[in-house]
Amino acid sequence: MSYIQAKDINEKTPWQGLTPGGEIYEGGTSKLTLTGQWRVNRPAWNSALCRQCLLCAPFCPDSSIPVKDGKRLDFDLDHCKGCGICAKVCPFKAIRMEQEVHQ
Amino acid sequence: MSIRERLSGNEAVAYAMRQINPDVFAAFPITPSTEIPQYFAQYVANGQVDTEYVTVESEHSSMSTCIGASAAGCRAVTATSSAGLAFMYEVLYVAASSRLPITLACVNRTLTGPININNDHSDSMGARDSGWIQIYAENNQEAYDNYLQAMRISETPDVRLPIMVCQDGFITSHAVENILLEEDAAVKAFVGEYHPEHALMGRDHPLAVGPYDNSPYCMEHKVQQAEAMKNAKRAILDVAADFEKTFGRKYGFFEEYRMEDAEVALVLIGSTAGTAKACIEDLRSQGIKAGLVKIRVFRPFPFEEIAAALSHVKAVAVMDKSEGYSAAGGPLFAEVRSACYDLPNPPKMIDVVYGLAGRDCAVQDVERVYRYLLKIVETGEVGPRYIHMGQRSAKEEVLGNGL
Ligand code: SF4
Ligand code: SF4
Repeated sequence: MSYIQAKDINEKTPWQGLTPGGEIYEGGTSKLTLTGQWRVNRPAWNSALCRQCLLCAPFCPDSSIPVKDGKRLDFDLDHCKGCGICAKVCPFKAIRMEQEVHQ
Repeated sequence: MSIRERLSGNEAVAYAMRQINPDVFAAFPITPSTEIPQYFAQYVANGQVDTEYVTVESEHSSMSTCIGASAAGCRAVTATSSAGLAFMYEVLYVAASSRLPITLACVNRTLTGPININNDHSDSMGARDSGWIQIYAENNQEAYDNYLQAMRISETPDVRLPIMVCQDGFITSHAVENILLEEDAAVKAFVGEYHPEHALMGRDHPLAVGPYDNSPYCMEHKVQQAEAMKNAKRAILDVAADFEKTFGRKYGFFEEYRMEDAEVALVLIGSTAGTAKACIEDLRSQGIKAGLVKIRVFRPFPFEEIAAALSHVKAVAVMDKSEGYSAAGGPLFAEVRSACYDLPNPPKMIDVVYGLAGRDCAVQDVERVYRYLLKIVETGEVGPRYIHMGQRSAKEEVLGNGL
């Protein structure tokens, strides 16, 4: 059985094409919403200061610090909402919050 | 074979619930619906049902329990009255907008204040725009029969809306009447089982219910809900047709009593229909062509059908058993009068607000309304359109001062 998928719905979809009550039939659909656009401040990562202690990643409420092979990568700015928690918890001042400039 | 019994309206609904054996019953007591969870608790204790009986701390919680259970894929039921229904207000909308087919037995009681426990329709009328299907009963038999039909209507795939099965507090809920019950196996076969396509539990795909809905989507979902309510009209008639075929009792959106040639008619909801029928028989024996439209389904509102039923009548009194405080009449009046607007020759129409907070309405009271309608027909003058009946008054009132 195939159901309506979140990726097939957008702001042009007529009411007949939406799921009843807005229910969602798959997991992880929040990836499709680019919440990074809501950001006022953005985190900047200084990889030279970073010791890869990995404290920041689990603290991020938006899963916007990708970790691969035991090392954090640069921010997922499509989803980071700029809350600044990562900068607060980094013991090595490797994250600095900057003013976001939206194009 | 139907079983002859004597039951109160509350017992009849609890009996239907036992026969259906729902998955979850969220219970919180409030007069006059308390007996329903009370009787059902005995069924649970006796092992006659295997329902999960959840006792909660409020009606907001009982409806929330139903919402969770229904989203999980269960058949969820509850019962309430008056302030209990009002306390559910927020979550009634959540149930409807999440398209969860929950069944609520509403035993109509006036809405506080001033505080009072007796019957009128202000509780469910307050919830009339919450997106719930609303079906009303005249007597115990109808309360039972409506309950047996409720789940099939509400669970219809292109409907998926919660349903309120209403009966008049005390008058119907506590009065013992003769009733025809159906056999357990026949009821189970008629109601069937509930297997929703999507559910939080027991499906091979995940489900999220009630997500935040941004403005680019939210209106579309409300339009879907409005369409579902239109679809409910078809579902109600389909289920009624099957019910008649199975059990022999006929139901529709409303009952037309002596309407074929009626010149004056009442439109009302609930137990007063019995009083009106007795009055109609009296008047008919005197050659007066009186009729009655007894509303069974208030949501979805049978707009065109009501207009057709009243199209040949000269004068109509809509009897509202709840105040709308609109300064222009009660909720039933607003709907019926609007429905008749497109008629080439609409009947003259007045609103009689009566029976508030348990104020009695006897055959003589109904007769006064019919006689008043006859006067309107005779003089062609409608006079005041929004009238209260049954209150004591220091001045002469349109329909007598009740003293
Ligand atoms: S600023 Fe907030 S949202 Fe962005 S990466 Fe840091 S913790 Fe996550
Ligand atoms: S908390 Fe700071 S040092 Fe630790 S991994 Fe994150 S950025 Fe690097």
